[in-house]
Amino acid sequence: MTTGTDILGTPLPAPAAQGRPPTIQAIPVRHPWRWVAAVVVLALAVAVVYTFATAPGLDWSVVRTFLFYPEIMHGVLVTLALTAIAMLIGVVLGVILAVMRLSANPVVSSVSWFYIWFFRGTPVLVQIFFWFNIGSILPYLHIGIPFTSLVWVGTTNQIVTPFLAAILGLGLNEAAYMSEIVRAGIISVDTGQTEAAQALGMNRVLVMRRIVLPQAMRVIIPPTGNETISMLKTSSLAYIATVGELFFIQKEISNFNYDIIELAIVASIWYLAMTSVLTFGQYYLERYFARGAARQLPLTPIQRFRRLLFHTHDPVPVVTAVEPPMFFPRHRP
Amino acid sequence: MVRAENVHKSYGRLEVLQGIDLEVAPREVLCIVGPSGSGKSTFLRCINHLEKIDAGRLSVDGELVGYHERGGKIYELREREVCRKRAEIGMVFQRFNLFPHMTAMENVREAPVRVKGENQRAAEERGRALLDRVGLGDKVDVYPNQLSGGQQQRVAIARALAMQPKLMLFDEPTSALDPELVGEVLDVMRGLAQDGMTMIVVTHEMGFAREVGDALVFMDGGVIVEAGPPREVLANPRHERTKAFLSKVL
Repeated sequence: MTTGTDILGTPLPAPAAQGRPPTIQAIPVRHPWRWVAAVVVLALAVAVVYTFATAPGLDWSVVRTFLFYPEIMHGVLVTLALTAIAMLIGVVLGVILAVMRLSANPVVSSVSWFYIWFFRGTPVLVQIFFWFNIGSILPYLHIGIPFTSLVWVGTTNQIVTPFLAAILGLGLNEAAYMSEIVRAGIISVDTGQTEAAQALGMNRVLVMRRIVLPQAMRVIIPPTGNETISMLKTSSLAYIATVGELFFIQKEISNFNYDIIELAIVASIWYLAMTSVLTFGQYYLERYFARGAARQLPLTPIQRFRRLLFHTHDPVPVVTAVEPPMFFPRHRP
Repeated sequence: MVRAENVHKSYGRLEVLQGIDLEVAPREVLCIVGPSGSGKSTFLRCINHLEKIDAGRLSVDGELVGYHERGGKIYELREREVCRKRAEIGMVFQRFNLFPHMTAMENVREAPVRVKGENQRAAEERGRALLDRVGLGDKVDVYPNQLSGGQQQRVAIARALAMQPKLMLFDEPTSALDPELVGEVLDVMRGLAQDGMTMIVVTHEMGFAREVGDALVFMDGGVIVEAGPPREVLANPRHERTKAFLSKVL
């Protein structure tokens, strides 16, 4: 092994002969108050849960009876359908509105601004109510092709069923929120990306579809997951339009048997189950769109569980881009 | 191949280009040097119409950039036409601008497949050859953030070459690189020049300009201060501003 010289040419001292010193074995700092805090919090939590779980008026057998009741199951399906369709409308219309908002055409971008202003500025409940009662101001709908005699006339209530009224209210409102999320995603992508794509001869549509949107997805997906979870719960407002979704059904049943809390618990269990499934779905979706952003993809929950069991002494991998999802659901209604 | 006559460009009240005249012949390598803010990059971006010029004439292969002249009137080109022309001009950026969500191969393959409608298999075959050529044959399936700056820039060069351009524009291709990575990128560019590619290179690498460049232009304040064969300009600058600049960078 040769020793070097410093910049003035003086030989550097030879490296120490004894090699690497022993790894530091320090006695860790003790944190007694952490234990105290943990015990206090745990005791309080147990007390609260115990109080409610053993409440004298609460009949768990009712909860058990109705948890898989056919009407409740049907309500779950309707809730899922409402959520899926309304989110689909929200996402598609949201992307369109976001692109409109970023358009160079002032009329197009103003219309988008106005739409967002209107639908974000009025309560969803009112919007659903509006669509549900639209028949009272527009009794008949004329659907026709201009300058031809092809016209279809029908009563509004034939077309705008309670389900459609709820879909319109939830979906059109969601589009306003989604468009802001999509817009934030689009403007988060470095302009160098657009330039590089343009320099390769890609047109605007291609640049948006192949280069900008896939990268914007990383920013768009976490809040969209929030929106979907929020929508799952907001869909309960469809009860105002007499749609037979989970909340409406449980309310119908409890109106009949007066087991109000028991049925609310049944509904809550189903809402929690559905949001949990969505949480997992979002995690895997984020993982997919993190391609090229994180040096190492974060572990899936199953991989993490396995690692916990078998490799407890491995160093934890450095996760740079994607944190496990956390939710701060927004209360809109 | 590229001809600029009295090209002007302003951003608002700031005149970035104040009358640029130059000509680049086919197979020629033109190096543009000068202090930052002198308009070098802006001029380069005008050549593939990433920026619009305000006055003067700028043409590539005898056709105006971004415009079309008929009967003494100038018409703006449609997007489709602008894209068609850009596809014939390769560009390499200071900050690489590789598409981070695509592997090296996907970066190289994207434009030939999507813009030219090339067969995916054929584009990949050529992409592999190009990545080999820039010395990254083993990084085909790697994402950009797993590559060093020098490797990323070489992928970016391969990506531009995949469109089989007739002209290559380099916008300070080594300025964002660690010093020890500059050489590998310059080697690739040198190889390109030897193969007869027409190149316009905005650079601070005077060694490269002297060795590879056929012509050198010194820009300052939006004008060309001095132009000539690189060896002459670099060895005996005639203009005071050139002398002052070179004394700082050499």
